[in-house]
Amino acid sequence: MRTKNSRGRDLVPTPSQTVGPYFQIGMSGAREIPRIAAPGASGERVKLICTIFDRDGVRIDDAMIEIWQANADGKYNHSAGRQSKGVDAAVLGFGRVSSNSEGICVFETIKPGRVPGRDGGLQAPHLEVSVFARGVLKRLATRIYFAGEPANEEDPVLALVPKARRNTLMAEPVASSTGGEPGAWRFDVHLAGRRETVFFDV
Amino acid sequence: MPSSSRDGARSKSTGRADGGSARHRADSPTASSCRRYPEKTQPPYLYPPYKATLRRAPRKPLIVVPHTLSEVTGPVFGHGQISETDNDLTRQHAGEPLGERITVSGQVLDDSGRPVPNTLIEIWQCNAAGRYAHRIDQHPAPLDPNFTGAGRTLTDSQGRYRFTTIKPGPYPWNNHPNAWRPAHIHFSLFGTAFVSRLVTQMYFPGDPLFPFDPILNSIPDEKARRRLISAFDMDLTKPDWSLGFRFDIVLRGPRETPFENKK
Ligand SMILES: [Fe+2]
Repeated sequence: MRTKNSRGRDLVPTPSQTVGPYFQIGMSGAREIPRIAAPGASGERVKLICTIFDRDGVRIDDAMIEIWQANADGKYNHSAGRQSKGVDAAVLGFGRVSSNSEGICVFETIKPGRVPGRDGGLQAPHLEVSVFARGVLKRLATRIYFAGEPANEEDPVLALVPKARRNTLMAEPVASSTGGEPGAWRFDVHLAGRRETVFFDV
Repeated sequence: MPSSSRDGARSKSTGRADGGSARHRADSPTASSCRRYPEKTQPPYLYPPYKATLRRAPRKPLIVVPHTLSEVTGPVFGHGQISETDNDLTRQHAGEPLGERITVSGQVLDDSGRPVPNTLIEIWQCNAAGRYAHRIDQHPAPLDPNFTGAGRTLTDSQGRYRFTTIKPGPYPWNNHPNAWRPAHIHFSLFGTAFVSRLVTQMYFPGDPLFPFDPILNSIPDEKARRRLISAFDMDLTKPDWSLGFRFDIVLRGPRETPFENKK
């Protein structure tokens, strides 16, 4: 349908629809991007292991996760308009992976630096996350923070989240005793249910 | 794939960005925040007629986040990743796919009416018989060896795009007895910011299945719903070749005057 480009009048954004079960044809396969930061990137290396669950705790094997993050200096690979720090050529900043038969998406990246908040302060290191799936009519937005990071205490977005639910936004280091390798972090996404992840209206 | 320069200078093999600079996308708006969606123009998460939402829709209220740099920036993609036949789904195999050849074209605007240039559009669809080239599609309709159903392109400087493809067929699904999806093409767009990301579906005018489709009808506002129905367009129709359908797309954009590089 035609939308009028009438000056001065706001247009209504196009409605969202589910990605459905066949999105891999268009957005996955060769178009997956598991490497958000190349090996030469500065910053602490992170292997991020995300698992997606439905309301009943069943793993979802037809979902897709996208990630957007800053480099180790807290700078996004985007317009320089409001950022004074330099970009890191090895940090793409974007990744997307569709879940495997066990509901898992694995990303290779670095822990981002702190990016500015709205009030001149700094946010804690975090990744922006989109979740898409059959049965999800519009993108679900959340954030991944790093458990144990002291800056979490003063993060302005975490401060909006009731204390009891903040843990749903924390990636946890995977202990090497349970098969974890150095730099491996785990993040579980529960679309609904007792441990429902905090999702944001962005 | 994302690129840090508008001409797609990022190297394919390493996934490296080119280091960026103050020039980088200086013409693209970076605002302190983007507009919110008007009420009822987007589907809810929980919509019981679409059964799969019951196990997958969050039940707790979403937490409203005032936009920060994290929300108003997003990945940028370059021409380096697009090949010549990516926007022509009828030329990706040795032979031509079966079905009605069509042109799908339109303009991508932000919600202030500004064109969104150089933004990645990805599409996917089933073939003319209603079958996806995907291992889990069990619909007993024939696969077409000459059709994959995947396309991608970047919008031009005016936000315009164009695909050549074949008209997808309707197909059955197991949501309820005798459930059929109206013919549709899936669209994915990035826009300029994390919050402008959109995945949607384009429908064809006059489809008798509209009243029965819970996915389309999950959008509460009827006017907003109609925005997903493309318009037959004689101007896009090529004589002796293909029918034309127009589908314009509006993405969320910055609320402020764009940052201008006065050079
Ligand atoms: Fe579909």
